[in-house]
Amino acid sequence: MDADLVLPDLEDEDAAPFWQGTARGELLVQTCADCGRRRLPPRPMCPACRSLNHQWRPLSGRGTIWSFIIAHPPLLPAYQALAPYNVVTVALEEDPALRLVGNLLARPDGPINEIDPSTIRIGERVRVVFQQVEDVFLPRWVRGW
Amino acid sequence: MKNTIKDRTAIVGIGQTVFGKGLEDSELSLACQAISLAIDDAGLRPSDVDGLVMFSMENGREVEVARNVGLGDITYFGEVGYGGGAGCGTIGHAAMAVVTGQCRVAVAWRARKRAAKGSRPWAQVHQRLGGFQQWTRPFGLLRPVDEIAMLARRYMHEFGATRNHLANVALAFRKHANRNPNAAMYEKPLTREQYMAARWIAEPLCLFDNCLETDGALAVVVVSAERARDLARQPAYIHAFAQSIPRQHQVMTNYFCDDPLRGPSHACARLLWGQSDFTPADVRVAQLYDAFSPLIPLSLEGYGFCERGEGAAFTNDGALEWPHGRLPTNTAGGGMSEAYVHGFNLVIEGVRQMRGTSTSQVDGAECCLVTSGEGVPTSALLLRR
Repeated sequence: MDADLVLPDLEDEDAAPFWQGTARGELLVQTCADCGRRRLPPRPMCPACRSLNHQWRPLSGRGTIWSFIIAHPPLLPAYQALAPYNVVTVALEEDPALRLVGNLLARPDGPINEIDPSTIRIGERVRVVFQQVEDVFLPRWVRGW
Repeated sequence: MKNTIKDRTAIVGIGQTVFGKGLEDSELSLACQAISLAIDDAGLRPSDVDGLVMFSMENGREVEVARNVGLGDITYFGEVGYGGGAGCGTIGHAAMAVVTGQCRVAVAWRARKRAAKGSRPWAQVHQRLGGFQQWTRPFGLLRPVDEIAMLARRYMHEFGATRNHLANVALAFRKHANRNPNAAMYEKPLTREQYMAARWIAEPLCLFDNCLETDGALAVVVVSAERARDLARQPAYIHAFAQSIPRQHQVMTNYFCDDPLRGPSHACARLLWGQSDFTPADVRVAQLYDAFSPLIPLSLEGYGFCERGEGAAFTNDGALEWPHGRLPTNTAGGGMSEAYVHGFNLVIEGVRQMRGTSTSQVDGAECCLVTSGEGVPTSALLLRR
């Protein structure tokens, strides 16, 4: 089922620490070491103070569904086999302007097409889980805090 | 204000190939055909052309175009990025080059084949992604329609927009296409019942919320206003031009900022209207970039035709429909029902409205707003008679 899914490059210059974090079961956010502003996706320079210094800080892994779609064919083959499936955007508890795209699962090790799409609501509370696909641990979401 | 481009250039030639699927000619060949037609339409010779502006995504390069069409010595060339956001930008750059004397006769164009390499980037994705795509693609947010559907669902949630509003958009543009013999959907009417019964692509968006997939090419010729007055065609003067990359913007997946529903059109509109003698209330016909139906309410808000959150309701009561709507929009059918050539057909239809030759001509329109991609770094033109 996981063959030919699109995966992140774990060597990515800016994002490698994020993926190292998910492999340890941590949801990390890049945070300016000078002004403290969190930024997501990660990048070299802080847009608030232009500092190049940053740290990776853990988040609670709690959030709410900001929006979602249900994807139907035509899709890339590996995804078409799963369709229809949901994709959610989650606003994170610490700062609702920080958002992550993922999938809503019925259970931590479940597939992305298990939830009945008609039950998904904007504003639902969700918490992160990490699913291993090849050597990557993808942050996905289950219901409830 | 002497050093602005206002009314100092005009589009004096337009050209387009047939629109279709599976056309045999290459993108370069299609580009050369459209450019050749535009030069003829302007009553100029290929050797008069000394400026070229194109989309960064264009496959045929400037040197190839110049060698094929037999252009003269090119003294200005440039390109504009971000796919569907580039269209009006190429023409604005051409106008600036003419006004500043870097060239005298500039051509801008777009040629596209859906089956060509590079034409559907989402379907040619690499297995391991760096950069911005790693935050969305692994989760199955693969296609442009998926990316815009995410914004559309949020927009519907915040502002009470419905599928009926999106159907208003699709049906209006289809009606215009049904009047345009060159449109891909010329002989294919669309009903609200058909819209509501259509298959999903990315809920909440269905098949008819999507643009077409089209092979074809279009081109324009830009010269100074003085020269335009000596040429055969009624000039479509470039009254105002703007581009924008709004702060903290991300291409297509604009979810990583404070206000994702404030699209690139807002910043573009501020400069555009600031340069213009017209206001949105003066505009009686528009060509708004319509890769997907929800971009229309976002653009109506961004360009100031209504307040934030009112774009969906604006489409009620046939507001987008020729001839009686408040703002007949995409009067040749647009990307959703005429052809999807990265919005360049919207520019050509804007020119036809200023010439009085549209198949859904808005009588007495003094100006026409033309916009490029909402959701990406964008651009817009205000044309005037």
